[in-house]
Amino acid sequence: MLVLASLTRGARHGYGIAEHLKTISQDVLEVGESSLYPALQRLLLNGWVSAEWGASENNRRARYYKLTAAGRKRLAAEDREFARMIVAIQKVMSCA
Amino acid sequence: MRLIRRIIYFFSRRRRDAELAEEMEFHRELLEKESGDRHAANRRMGPAMLAREDARNVWFPLRLESVGQDVKVALRMLRRNPGFSILAILCLTLGIGANAAVFSWVEGILFRPYPLVVHQEQLAALTGTAKAGSVRTGTSWPDVLDLKKNSTLIDSVIVTKIMGTTLSLGDRAEREIGSVVSANYFDALGIHPILGRGFEPGEDAGRNAHPITVISYQFWQRRFKGDAQIIGKKQRLNGVEHTIVGVAPEGFLGTFVGWSMQFWVPASMEETFEPGGYKLEDRGARWIEAYVRLKPNVTLQQAQQEISAVAKRLERDFPATNRGVGMKLWPLWQTPFNNAGTLLPTLGIMLAVVVFVLLIACANVGNLLLVRSFARRHEMTVRAAIGAGRSRIVQQLVTEGLVLSALAAVSGLLVAHWCRHALVLLFPARGGVAMTLPGEIDWRVLLVSGGVCLLATVLLGLVPVFQTRKIDLVSALKSEMASVVGGHSKSWVRSGLVIVQVSLSFLLLVGAGLLVQSLQRIRGASPGFSTKDVLHTAVDLRGAGYDLQRAKNFQNELMERVQALPGVEAASFARAIPLDYGSFSSSPIAVDGYQMSLDEQAEVEYNEVGPGYFSTVGIPMLSGREFTDADNETSAPVAVVNDVMVSRFWRGEDPLGKRLQVKGQWLQIVGVARVSKYRSVREQPQPFFYVPLRQHPMVQVGLNIRTRMPPETIAAALAREVHALDGNLAPYEVITLQEQLERSTSAQQVAVTLLSVLGGLALLLATVGLYAVMSYAVSQSSRELGLRMALGARESDLLRLVISNGLTITAIGLGLGVAAALGLTRLLGNLLYQVSPRDPVAFGLALLVMIAASLAACFLPAWRATRTDPAVVLRD
Repeated sequence: MLVLASLTRGARHGYGIAEHLKTISQDVLEVGESSLYPALQRLLLNGWVSAEWGASENNRRARYYKLTAAGRKRLAAEDREFARMIVAIQKVMSCA
Repeated sequence: MRLIRRIIYFFSRRRRDAELAEEMEFHRELLEKESGDRHAANRRMGPAMLAREDARNVWFPLRLESVGQDVKVALRMLRRNPGFSILAILCLTLGIGANAAVFSWVEGILFRPYPLVVHQEQLAALTGTAKAGSVRTGTSWPDVLDLKKNSTLIDSVIVTKIMGTTLSLGDRAEREIGSVVSANYFDALGIHPILGRGFEPGEDAGRNAHPITVISYQFWQRRFKGDAQIIGKKQRLNGVEHTIVGVAPEGFLGTFVGWSMQFWVPASMEETFEPGGYKLEDRGARWIEAYVRLKPNVTLQQAQQEISAVAKRLERDFPATNRGVGMKLWPLWQTPFNNAGTLLPTLGIMLAVVVFVLLIACANVGNLLLVRSFARRHEMTVRAAIGAGRSRIVQQLVTEGLVLSALAAVSGLLVAHWCRHALVLLFPARGGVAMTLPGEIDWRVLLVSGGVCLLATVLLGLVPVFQTRKIDLVSALKSEMASVVGGHSKSWVRSGLVIVQVSLSFLLLVGAGLLVQSLQRIRGASPGFSTKDVLHTAVDLRGAGYDLQRAKNFQNELMERVQALPGVEAASFARAIPLDYGSFSSSPIAVDGYQMSLDEQAEVEYNEVGPGYFSTVGIPMLSGREFTDADNETSAPVAVVNDVMVSRFWRGEDPLGKRLQVKGQWLQIVGVARVSKYRSVREQPQPFFYVPLRQHPMVQVGLNIRTRMPPETIAAALAREVHALDGNLAPYEVITLQEQLERSTSAQQVAVTLLSVLGGLALLLATVGLYAVMSYAVSQSSRELGLRMALGARESDLLRLVISNGLTITAIGLGLGVAAALGLTRLLGNLLYQVSPRDPVAFGLALLVMIAASLAACFLPAWRATRTDPAVVLRD
């Protein structure tokens, strides 16, 4: 979900996604290669993102991942579910 | 969608893999630039290869690629241990090959008994029934025509009748087997002659109107050397010139399981080949063996309903000939008028036996694998230590099992391919014409072999699974010694496998023993006539178109000439030969002073025999006299009865001079003959009687000759005499009555041969298995054995220790085997003769053989155990 979310503002490459997540979460979320790339492959397999080769900022070849329509739908669904969960968890915690 | 993406990925996996690597390398570079430290980057990222593998495994969790890798490793392992590999593959080849071969035979008879014939699944056999369905008969030509006309579910009715003929070839005459068929025969079967044509509609009508024939490819090659100008040439068949109009394609053998037809003639020529005159217009003459081709998607039941309705109508319309007559369809594999039915039970037993052999082979290979996997314990430990999960190791081992059984399956199929016609070898050739039983490796056989191969893989795969369960890094890295011989959890799998082998081989040995015994009893039991020094043959006068008067003259002249032959002690004609396919005459009888009860079978079979028959064939007379030349057309009608009839109808009193009514005629009893075997050596003593041939003359009779000369000499002399009397005639094969007896028991012979061979193989495999287990146990426990020796055990103690351990395994296996055999041998059922399925001799012998074999298997390892040098093993 986080990977999907990081792609809502346009295509990014793998490093970009990791950096984005790190910056946005203020260094709380640090994704390594070993979880990022399998996750990306899973998204590709499910057809939620598409990948394209493009030139990076320093003019190297890099693979850019982009949300597909199915991916957007999926993200929305996960978002809703996540919001529900958070609310539920907060309710449980506040009662403790 | 996911599947499609996976497939696309699979085909571009190399490129995708490279892309992934590039991408990750890029990531790493950026990271390095950011932190300025390659090692820091690497630390944060984790091992690159592992990550890449994880990413890849998203697409193929099954690790298809690693399977390929495993196959490579497995092949390398096999190459490295050629001895093991060859032994294992050989064992499995045997198991799989035997299964494939036997299955291909069974399958051939079940599903496509007739090579080249199209859509055999739509064919069904058609017979008539009489007495409200209780008796099976042939069908008649007019009935068949009416059936065809009135049926909507049947595509075609194919008439065929097997018959023999004498072929005249210059000065020689030879017997060939052919069929009288309806004109639609070739078209309905989908057979296209390679030369000339088949029969055309209408050629099966009109008495003797179409003297034409289609010959088999085999016949064309053998007799005419593949003459390309054969069409239009003439061939004399049963003395009538036939024009050859076609040559059937190679491999088409006709439609009779067990025989290959050499020629076909249209039904219009029926009179030339079939006894009893022209029958195509006679509704009462039920001589036809027929097949029907059902229309597509019509079931046998539906067709049977319609056919029964037609038969009912015929019964109403033609009460004189069709009262109580029905028609019945049979699935092809139950065809009652050929050898399909008699072969199947034997083949069923064979299937069971080969499955046993497969199990034994699997157990053996499993044992080999086990022993080897102990040797590979170190390798497994290393694999586990560098991070292979248990499932990964099992995958590797199962793949090795699969590679083994796949290799064995391939060679097994080759074996089966070579053996596909071997079934025929088990049956004696009759009349010089070999049987043809088609076996073929088709998709069904491949499917079953594949299944067998998978089964073997699973069985073999179980072994390493037991094994890896035991892998425990800490203890395995320490050197461990299996301690002796018996009782330990690690050896129970191996011992279990040997126990299975021992019990299965015991089962097969018992089966073989029972069959050998019953075959001996059958062959050894006196059939009631002499089997030595009596020859039998016949001359096909009926086929040659002799009428009764001509036949009588011929028979008289031939008898004079035969009796004059040097070396002939006695000779006599008789209508039927005992233990033959053909049947005796039978008649309801009546006896003075004997009241038949209502449910009593009043039909008694009899034989028409010539003067001197009893002394020729060697049936002893108990009282009275046998027939003489004086018992002829002009003298009073007489009969000879057997002792079973005497005790049943005359309560044991001497019946000489009493009367017996047969077919409305009263016969005077002049003699009592001892009972003998008539239809089968396994029959109970039957009531039976004889009448003089001269008072009941017939065209077709068999000739029995008592002589001490070899059959070949008599055959040659006889052929000369017959030829001198009529150049168109030739005698059938000359055989001894012993040969006749053996032919009638060929089913037992086949079963005995197979079970003995396979039982021997099973014994060998089990012995090897026991030997392997014992020698492994000894080699693993050398330290303990050394210790025992150091503590004062003598050689004989060690010998006893090892052997008694081996014998314990054998004993358990034998216990199970005896229990299984007690339950299973009765399935041999009708192959047994005067032998109880629980015969103590067979069981005892099998026990002795197994114990001897296991002693032999244990002795070498035991002897090796005594060679243990305590000083050496204790120092190690």
